[in-house]
Amino acid sequence: MPTPDFRLSRNAFGSLVLTAADGSVHEGVVPVRSFPMAAPREGISLVSADGHELAWIDRLDTVPEALRALVEEELASREFVPEIRRIRHVSSFATPSTWEVETDRGDASLVLKGEEDIRRLSADTLLVADTHGIHFLIRDLRALDKASRKLLDRFL
Amino acid sequence: MKVESLPPAPAGSLPPETWRAGLDARLAPGECVLAWLETDLDERLQFARGLLAVTDQRLLAVAPAGTWQEWSYRDALELLHHDHAGVGTLELQDGTGRKARWRYTLGRNVAALRVIDEFERQRDSHVCGHPVTREADGLCPRCKAPLEPGQEECPICTREMHIPPSTWTLLRLWRFARPYRWRLLAGFLLTLAATAATLVPPYMTMPLMDNVLIPYQNGRPIDTGLVALYLGGLFAAAIFAWVLGWARSYILALVSERIGADLRTATFEHLLKLSLEYFGGKRTGDLMARIGSETDRINIFLSLHLLDFANDVLMIGMTSLILVSINPWLALVTLLPLPLIAWLIHVVRDRLRTGFEKVDRIWAEVTNVLADTIPGIRVVKAFAQEKRETQRFRAANHHNLQVNDRVNRVWSLFSPTVTLLTEVGLLVVWAFGIWQVSRDEITVGVLTAFLAYISRFYLRLDSMSRIVSVTQKAAAGAKRIFDILDHVSSVPEPLSPVHLEQVQGRIELRDVGFRYGNRAVIRSVDLTIHPGELIGLVGHSGSGKSTLVNLMCRFYDVTEGSVLVDGTDVRSLPVAEFRRHIGLVLQEPFLFFGTIAENIAYGQPDATRAEIIAAARAAHAHEFILRLPHGYDSLVGERGQGLSGGERQRISIARALLIDPRILILDEATSSVDTETEKEIQKALDNLVQGRTTIAIAHRLSTLRKADRLVVMDRGQIVEVGNHEQLMAREGAYFRLYQAQARNVDVDAEDVRPPSAVHETKEIAA
Repeated sequence: MPTPDFRLSRNAFGSLVLTAADGSVHEGVVPVRSFPMAAPREGISLVSADGHELAWIDRLDTVPEALRALVEEELASREFVPEIRRIRHVSSFATPSTWEVETDRGDASLVLKGEEDIRRLSADTLLVADTHGIHFLIRDLRALDKASRKLLDRFL
Repeated sequence: MKVESLPPAPAGSLPPETWRAGLDARLAPGECVLAWLETDLDERLQFARGLLAVTDQRLLAVAPAGTWQEWSYRDALELLHHDHAGVGTLELQDGTGRKARWRYTLGRNVAALRVIDEFERQRDSHVCGHPVTREADGLCPRCKAPLEPGQEECPICTREMHIPPSTWTLLRLWRFARPYRWRLLAGFLLTLAATAATLVPPYMTMPLMDNVLIPYQNGRPIDTGLVALYLGGLFAAAIFAWVLGWARSYILALVSERIGADLRTATFEHLLKLSLEYFGGKRTGDLMARIGSETDRINIFLSLHLLDFANDVLMIGMTSLILVSINPWLALVTLLPLPLIAWLIHVVRDRLRTGFEKVDRIWAEVTNVLADTIPGIRVVKAFAQEKRETQRFRAANHHNLQVNDRVNRVWSLFSPTVTLLTEVGLLVVWAFGIWQVSRDEITVGVLTAFLAYISRFYLRLDSMSRIVSVTQKAAAGAKRIFDILDHVSSVPEPLSPVHLEQVQGRIELRDVGFRYGNRAVIRSVDLTIHPGELIGLVGHSGSGKSTLVNLMCRFYDVTEGSVLVDGTDVRSLPVAEFRRHIGLVLQEPFLFFGTIAENIAYGQPDATRAEIIAAARAAHAHEFILRLPHGYDSLVGERGQGLSGGERQRISIARALLIDPRILILDEATSSVDTETEKEIQKALDNLVQGRTTIAIAHRLSTLRKADRLVVMDRGQIVEVGNHEQLMAREGAYFRLYQAQARNVDVDAEDVRPPSAVHETKEIAA
């Protein structure tokens, strides 16, 4: 396991602090996934508050436990892509349409502005953007129950 | 501080029912809630509701779990706000660390901003001991637009509507049919008459059979006079039906063609009024398909199918009447399959409608591939990706096939089923008819007439069933048209527009923020530009320069704050009137198909030739235009083929000069040409800039030396303002940009930044 040449800690304000190999200290460091959909565990960049890359983690699974925990914790509090498990109701098949959905983060409703806000990431993965810019993920179209699929099908 | 001295709280409305009891129990006597935010996410970003309330004494919060917390106001306490990926975060901090954090989805941002405003007001008042001061007319916390007293929702911010269009879309076409209603009525009456005329021949078969043929079989000679009369009647009815049918088809086809044309124009007109945001989110192929083929489909539906359908219904109605009048029992048997077929139509309808809607969408996808590939053909060829594009097209086409196959499976079953029912029906009529003839209840003539009628009748029913598919297709098409027509521009015309007689060219940006999707592109920008000033906007690409300019032109509306021109919010000016005062020169000049003169006069089509030439001269375009074989009458293509980049640019400068705008925007006007041409263009620009408020974006800083002030932008914010000398003396961001260019290094995002702890050199998009 390679030891990274930087240190990461959390301060009293709840933000990450990175101490680089040359001794410089950066507060408010943000971890960013390079491929949040395609390869979430690979290529994680630690970016300073003003948007510069400070450090790079090739694979999250190969870094020391403490570091990984910090990064994952921060990622979890930043990432918000609820995964749709079931579509309970749609207000209309014409857009804009309000959807009542069950997600892995609880029940929610979203407003779909137009059919083009449903983007196909791969054959079975869809990303639904609501009016406020929240992206809802449908990881596997075929894993949805039949009723949800039928509702969704009207928009595809 | 006295509670009574407070004006009514801006939040006005009460917190949601769920929290009211808990809140009331905790409030001290006389304490009142001034602002609140119902959070909809918890600490781990699960959907769950909580509440954050600002009272005149403290900050109260309840977590989704039901635990209450409170903080009284102190000096160091701060409420910070930021957002990322559609999630807003409020953090409560003091000097030593974070005290609490609340998360919510961005739909609640207005409430959150109100909470912060109120919190700061209360805290300051508690700390310094002065009563809360509130501006007489409140400002909307989000867009800073002034609110009427007592008005709590900002009219500008709350215009986001989520009303889906009605499903009775086809009926909405009436709006376009109305101007032609008299002609439509005439067409309908003709249809009625024509249908009646076509019903005469089968009726004539009855006496022909009973009075001529049957008696002949029984040994009586044929009455030629009677035959001539009947046959003459048959022929007259046929001619009559032919004339009426022709008149009807002609009138109705004429009308429907006009309705279709109106629909197309209306859609295009509406489309052009929509903001750039709409075009940014749509694909050209899709829009083209909608306006082109969908209107055509609706048109065909109106002129052909709807007409046929009306005809069929009439025919069936009249035939039924005739049949019942001849013999009710036989009529009953004949009409028996009708409800069955109606039911069948109903069942298939739903499946077909969704299917056809899908087919349309897929068709748009096919067009999209074309619209992507053809303009980008140089890139495709340069990277030798023809195969891949073909593959993409084939995939889209294949998808199209699949969806069509699915629809056709249902559809293909439908027609033969109707035909089968028809045959069965015929069989039943034969059987019942023969039985009735055998009992002498009807004559052979009546049975023949019945059979003649119902063969037409069922034929009609069959064609009627076809209406299902075309109606659904047309409804799907109409829906997609009305999708455009119903779209409210995100840059709406003001309800009570303010007219500016003379524009001075003073531009103020007040705490401007702009969000594209969930990404904040511009953040709290404050800038005042004086009339006649030349402002240079610098910063590396992606720093928000072009967005800022787009906001000034009102191509987009700000998400927060406001843009004022001569002290008036641009949102209260009529869009077209406001843009007339703006001249825009873009990096990639767009020339429309037409002559050079027409292109120069684009913004003011009634310009005289002398004006056009004057503008061209000032833009240093006159001479090269004269070198062209047809001078000002030379045709240029849609991308201005045959002209160099510099030449096209000078034509677009002339275009901007001609309308004599008070505000001029140069968006990288010289960056796509070589240095020699740039000098030429620069000379043209110098003419253009004089006496106008100018905002110039330039990559090459040397072109901005004459600017009165330079505004340096970085990541959506203004980092430095000053003229060249001041900024060089400061040795800040501008200095680094300038140094990098002076070293003749192309400005790269990394080059201009302080050499700090950059471990890796990988580019990142912040």
